[in-house]
Amino acid sequence: MAKVPVQFRLNGSDRAAFVAPADNLLTLLRRGLNEFGPKYGCGQGTCGTCTVLIDGELQLSCLTLAATCEGRHVETVSGMANGPTLHPIQQAFMEHFAAQCGFCTPGMLTAARALLEANPTPSREEVIDGISGNICRCTGYEAIIEAILAAARSGQVRRA
Amino acid sequence: MLEFRKDLFAAERDDNLNVVGKGAQRQDMPGHVTGRSPFFDDHAFEGLLHLKVVRSPHHHARIRHIDTSAAERAPGVKRVLRGADVPVNKNTLLSLINFGKDDEPTLAVSKVSYKGEPVVAIIAETEHQALAARALVRVDYEVIPHVFDVEEALKPGAPVVNETYPNNYFDYHDRYDHSKLRFGDVERAFAGADFIVDDRYQMSPIEHAPTETNGSIAAPEQNDRFVVHSCAQGLFFSLGTAAKILNLESNRLHFVGGTVGGGFGGKVDSLTEPLSILGAMMTGQPVRYVLDREEEMLYGSPRGAERIYIKDGIMRDGRIVARRIRSYFDAGAYTRLSSYAAIKCTAHLPGPYTIPNVSADIYVAYTNRCPSTAMRGFGITAVDFALEVHMDKGAEACGMDPMEFRILNAYRDGDMKAHRRVAKNTALIECVQVVADKTGWPLSDQARRQSSLTGGGGARADIPATVLDDNGRIGRPETRTGPVTETLPAGTMRIPMTKQPIMEGSAEARPTPPAVPQYEPYRPTPPANQPAYQPQPYQPTPTAPPPTQAAPPSPPSAPPPASAPPTQHGAVRFSSVFGTRRR
Ligand code: FES
Ligand code: FES
Repeated sequence: MAKVPVQFRLNGSDRAAFVAPADNLLTLLRRGLNEFGPKYGCGQGTCGTCTVLIDGELQLSCLTLAATCEGRHVETVSGMANGPTLHPIQQAFMEHFAAQCGFCTPGMLTAARALLEANPTPSREEVIDGISGNICRCTGYEAIIEAILAAARSGQVRRA
Repeated sequence: MLEFRKDLFAAERDDNLNVVGKGAQRQDMPGHVTGRSPFFDDHAFEGLLHLKVVRSPHHHARIRHIDTSAAERAPGVKRVLRGADVPVNKNTLLSLINFGKDDEPTLAVSKVSYKGEPVVAIIAETEHQALAARALVRVDYEVIPHVFDVEEALKPGAPVVNETYPNNYFDYHDRYDHSKLRFGDVERAFAGADFIVDDRYQMSPIEHAPTETNGSIAAPEQNDRFVVHSCAQGLFFSLGTAAKILNLESNRLHFVGGTVGGGFGGKVDSLTEPLSILGAMMTGQPVRYVLDREEEMLYGSPRGAERIYIKDGIMRDGRIVARRIRSYFDAGAYTRLSSYAAIKCTAHLPGPYTIPNVSADIYVAYTNRCPSTAMRGFGITAVDFALEVHMDKGAEACGMDPMEFRILNAYRDGDMKAHRRVAKNTALIECVQVVADKTGWPLSDQARRQSSLTGGGGARADIPATVLDDNGRIGRPETRTGPVTETLPAGTMRIPMTKQPIMEGSAEARPTPPAVPQYEPYRPTPPANQPAYQPQPYQPTPTAPPPTQAAPPSPPSAPPPASAPPTQHGAVRFSSVFGTRRR
């Protein structure tokens, strides 16, 4: 099938690639652009490990056609830290032991970021709702919720 | 004389590892929170190929013919692998420690024994191409009868699941159809018991469902080696398994791992490594073989289902005087680690209780299901569930509080376990006391005063005269309550081994491996001052309380057990498999 060009921004830098019309964004990021932040967990929109932001909105990259990202801004976990300085949510995840195997963590962090940028002072229920699309099989939910609430309390996450 | 300067790295040699009780940052956390932890699939390779397998759609079928010609011609296909391409196409995981016979092919050749068994592997330039070519493989199957139930599988005339074990059971040391435990005389104790509590427990298989599915990437490296990025939980176990299956020197494999995206036991089977390495060998290119979520859920090996029968004999005062257990492990179609799970199960019986008469028969049965494997305490967890539910039923039968019932029957330091080792560092009583405390469960003062450190040993350390029988022998179900064949005198530690086990080598390609783990020769150790056999040696109390009284009486204070050798740490994990302890 003929490939089509796609240009978009990835974590603030310009990227261009040729993709098959059926290619999803997750495959393009991982296999085309060597951006390994988002993970494959199911490929069918059920686990949330592939979560990214597209123009600031939470999206599952395994269910997003790569070609539809033309001209948009894709952000992954890899763009969260500012050089060696961790994002406040990353810092809170470190301090609250909010990762065990770490495989769900990129998706969790991205979901938490989307939540706090839209609602800097969420309730516990809103945090639970905010990560409800993300599965952690290592049973880290309690620590993850605590970490996100702590990041919110730190007041360092700005409304987008 | 040349000497290394010790001052240069002095700080790295700090052995002061007193971190228990203090917070410490995990060294892998920065990688996790920045998304940089390198999982096996997070590696870029130029010219990466993708491998997909054709799986059996049948539970049990003979393979009449395989036609891969259309798949080989499909766009992007680099190579199609069949069973004949696998150098040693039969393996069992624990053969690395010389336990069990090779029984599982990497790619099925003449028959499939479970739905999802790999038959053909397709290697193509893209995943889409591999999937498209997979659909073009034609396999002509002759479906044959299957068996799913462990007890049905052990009946005469059941379909033979696994040709290596034609009776559908794992045979221990080539001659035992199950794992057996005998201590005392359960039949006699049942006859004298006030209550009999008898029940059956059935577990389900459980999928580990790791967030990261099983997979690996293998690539040719310099010096004729292969680098393998793997999610294996036992990286060197996987390396050894792959080297054996591929008939490669193990130093030609360079395994990289340590980042496991959730395993829980489901990543010890080397499900993908041998084929991705074989693919890299055959194509000269990097090959990636990753299970998709559906494959992971349906064909990634689960925790094996177990069926457990427990029969307890209980006295009116709450003492359990006899426990008989019959348990069946569902191995699925191939052994993997079930043989080991069953040994763990046997060694765990009768649970953390001191029961003077114990009898157990533990089977590993083959069925036409997905092979089962390790998962979080496998061999122990299911039987513990059954035992603890049974304890509640026992407490109910004799009208006792379930917590006090456990404290009364709990093992204590110095007690003799049914497999003839002295119980040490026991803490069940304390655990129950803490649980009662935390949950506000009322306990009698007497139960609160009990301690694992006192009251054990003495008569409770005796090994009773033990009846041997053929009960449980497969094909002779009538012997389940069969006659006594022999009675071992009280104090007998071991039954002599009559024959050295046959060492198992891979018949296909390798010489018999060096027989490293050897049986310890039987050394009779006549016990000194062995007390005479008493029908009821169990004596937690000098006087039995009335049946409805909830408080267990204090056990007589017994002298502490003769100083035991120091507890061994490390290097004994698999020793139970061989029935011997490494020293
Ligand atoms: S991989 Fe996208 S939701 Fe699971
Ligand atoms: S930390 Fe392992 S899945 Fe969440």
